[in-house]
Amino acid sequence: MKEISCPVVKKDHGDKVSGRSLYVGDYDGEGVLTGKLLHAKVAHARIVEVSLPELPQGYLYVDRNDVPGDNNVNIVKDDTPVYARETVEYIGEPIGMVVGPDPKEVERLLSEIQVTYEELEPVLDLRKASEVFFHYEYGKGDLEAAFAQADKVYEEEFETGYQEQAYLETQGMMAVPEADGRMFVHGSMQCIYYVKGAVMRALGCGPDGVHILQDPTGGGFGGKEAFPSILACQVAVAAHKAQAPVRCVFDRREDLEYTSKRHPSLCVYKVAVKDGRVTAMDIDVKFNGGAYTTLSAVVLQRGLICADGVYNIENLHVVGEALKTNTTPTGAYRGFGAPQTFFAVELMMDHIARDLGVDSLEFKEAHMVKQGDATSTSGMYHFPVPLPAMIDEVDRACDFRRKHKEYAKPQTGRYRRGIGMSVYFHGAGFTGAGERDTIKAVCKLHKYPDGTVEILASNGEIGQGVRTTFPKIVARELNLPLEKVYYDQPDTARVPDSGPTVASRSLMIVGELLRRAAIQLRDKWVDGEDQMVEEHYKEPNFMIPFSLEDFHGDAYPTYAWGVHAIEVEVDTCTGRSQVLGATGSFDVGTPIDYNVVMGQMEGGFLQGIGYASMEHMNYDNKGRIRNNSFSDYLIPTTRDVPNLNCILHVEEYPDGPYGAKGAGELPLVGGPGAYVEALEQALGGVKLHHAPFTIEDTMNVILKEGL
Amino acid sequence: MNGICFTLNGAPVTYEGSAADRLLEVLRDTYRTTSVKCGCKEGECGACSVLLDGVLVNSCCVAMGAVEGRSVVTLEGYRETERFAVLSRAYGELSAVQCGFCTPGMILASEALLSRNPHPSEEEIREGLSGNLCRCTGYNAIIKAVSLAAEEGNGLW
Repeated sequence: MKEISCPVVKKDHGDKVSGRSLYVGDYDGEGVLTGKLLHAKVAHARIVEVSLPELPQGYLYVDRNDVPGDNNVNIVKDDTPVYARETVEYIGEPIGMVVGPDPKEVERLLSEIQVTYEELEPVLDLRKASEVFFHYEYGKGDLEAAFAQADKVYEEEFETGYQEQAYLETQGMMAVPEADGRMFVHGSMQCIYYVKGAVMRALGCGPDGVHILQDPTGGGFGGKEAFPSILACQVAVAAHKAQAPVRCVFDRREDLEYTSKRHPSLCVYKVAVKDGRVTAMDIDVKFNGGAYTTLSAVVLQRGLICADGVYNIENLHVVGEALKTNTTPTGAYRGFGAPQTFFAVELMMDHIARDLGVDSLEFKEAHMVKQGDATSTSGMYHFPVPLPAMIDEVDRACDFRRKHKEYAKPQTGRYRRGIGMSVYFHGAGFTGAGERDTIKAVCKLHKYPDGTVEILASNGEIGQGVRTTFPKIVARELNLPLEKVYYDQPDTARVPDSGPTVASRSLMIVGELLRRAAIQLRDKWVDGEDQMVEEHYKEPNFMIPFSLEDFHGDAYPTYAWGVHAIEVEVDTCTGRSQVLGATGSFDVGTPIDYNVVMGQMEGGFLQGIGYASMEHMNYDNKGRIRNNSFSDYLIPTTRDVPNLNCILHVEEYPDGPYGAKGAGELPLVGGPGAYVEALEQALGGVKLHHAPFTIEDTMNVILKEGL
Repeated sequence: MNGICFTLNGAPVTYEGSAADRLLEVLRDTYRTTSVKCGCKEGECGACSVLLDGVLVNSCCVAMGAVEGRSVVTLEGYRETERFAVLSRAYGELSAVQCGFCTPGMILASEALLSRNPHPSEEEIREGLSGNLCRCTGYNAIIKAVSLAAEEGNGLW
């Protein structure tokens, strides 16, 4: 293990383990008003009237008429309102906020507000949705010829459901008008500068009129990428009207029903096979974007770029749409569109292999990309593709190949077994030219006269360890003890914009910037002086420029790779399936801290298994999310997957710090493919087409197939 | 005498509010013991775990009337103990803390388990912590940390 990989006690360990860290809900409430949102109760309607009860002294109602700036939240587009316009577009849409000193009184007033709606027909079903938010299409090769010459053509449809981030700390935000006229907003978030841009627009002020601090944040997983911008605007507008601090912390039901989740998907794969090889794929992807666009454009882009998986498909056509429905807007969640298409392509390859009478792993291996091959978007895999070695590692760890053949044979008895494998990647950093053209990350190091060094960057600690790994990098280059380098909770008033805490980019992109900044500081170091150095993002020079117009070029500079094997045992009497073993090999380059990276792999892997098996969420025929508590929306506990085994495979990336690549999202991506393939084996070789695949789904197969 | 008398982290206190108030909210709002987190308010996540006469409970599901005459321990009290120091070192060594929101409950669940069973097997640890959700870690590091603490703290429990 490289020295930089050796684990250290995390910098934020002491405060968190002792319960001293103050999350936004923990700040003293003295003088702070409580804000509670008035959520729409119907999925699509014109608001005729909002009738308020008499408001006692000190209580306020806030809505769109109170927005001093622009009532549109700055996300990728700006269609999301701060507070509802003339219509409501989904159940839960915030119409207004009641604000006041006593939370119980706020609740009472909220319950007495009467909203009169003129109901409109909602669109709830993705299959019937017609309003297209985003449409992309790309391809390569000669699709027509490949299908014309095919021995056989396969066509199947795959469906995935919602997944809720289920961070343990719900969304929460607080806005404090300061004496100098600035608005100070702090809370649970991943992206301080996204929030800043949004609040500036809502308040109609310049960059000096607001500053944003990330409080200790109880998990994000993408759920605190864009949503906090909306909530921040709402509390900032309320605080502006009240001229007093306002805090709004969601309760769990609100959070589960009304905050963004993973996009449900429908993917149709049409595949041409000739001489036992896949020669072409024609792929149609639909994502349910919910009522507003939020991040759907970029989520869809990533999903489409991954649509042919880790396979070298010469003739390819991919078309995708994010569609509007009158449901909660969907958004970022670890994996960002990739888990949906990887699920589809992995099962598609599995189904074709079985139809051809060959082992699905061997079939996949025969199609896998290698260094120098073209990517789906006619870019290039510039670096070695370590999948064969990783598959061997997983095979050795769990006896995959033998079991996979063994379980494919007919089984009898109450308990039946299966094992499945998925092979996948995650492109690190923003898609396409995002880092170069949009983000343009900047970071600084501030050296104080006493020789301590402060990191100035905007990436938030959300559990992934940046408050530790960033200082490790800087301390190493400066040859300082780790105690001498620190990274505080970032505040836009103090730190430059090194970009958002998303896309598995913080360590790979910003970590490398910090490494270069540290080298610069080392060269200029003068004892006893106060010094500052700054670094700017530079695109690696090997990149084939990416064009979003035609999806052509390197969508990502490099890829993190993953191989999952999941073994299950199904009880054909109860439908219950138990995970007997879950083994993953992950290549995220050099781990900057072995424990930190293992923690990401294990946590992400388990979220992926949850997504595949138990995390079922849906809405009723009115468009209301039914799974609005942890009793109805189940996430894995300590007992669900007792044998989760992660292996790190290191393929160093020369443009990441010490060879590190993006890590956070990767381990979730392969969960559903491996899990559902395992179920297929245990259920006698049926072909399954959706995830999550729950106990009820399993029972239906058992009854239908007479197992 | 009016009010609900109980001990909080070893000190006697009297709560003047309603017997129907939730222990979780009273701990956070009245006594400002904010290590006790609210994750769901319906007894599913364990973030608000406290020790009630040494037994792990979800404080969101306890009415103040049920606390009369009893002892409540939160992390604010427990973190002063030698046992906590052992657990903290073990959690630190294995990087078992990520976002930190479930951690106070996890630590108290670890204490409740070890005080009942000083040398638990992995399966017993998984059972003992099964009422506390963590979304970050996948649990492996936490399970190992409790096991390490049991080893290192030999004799403390």
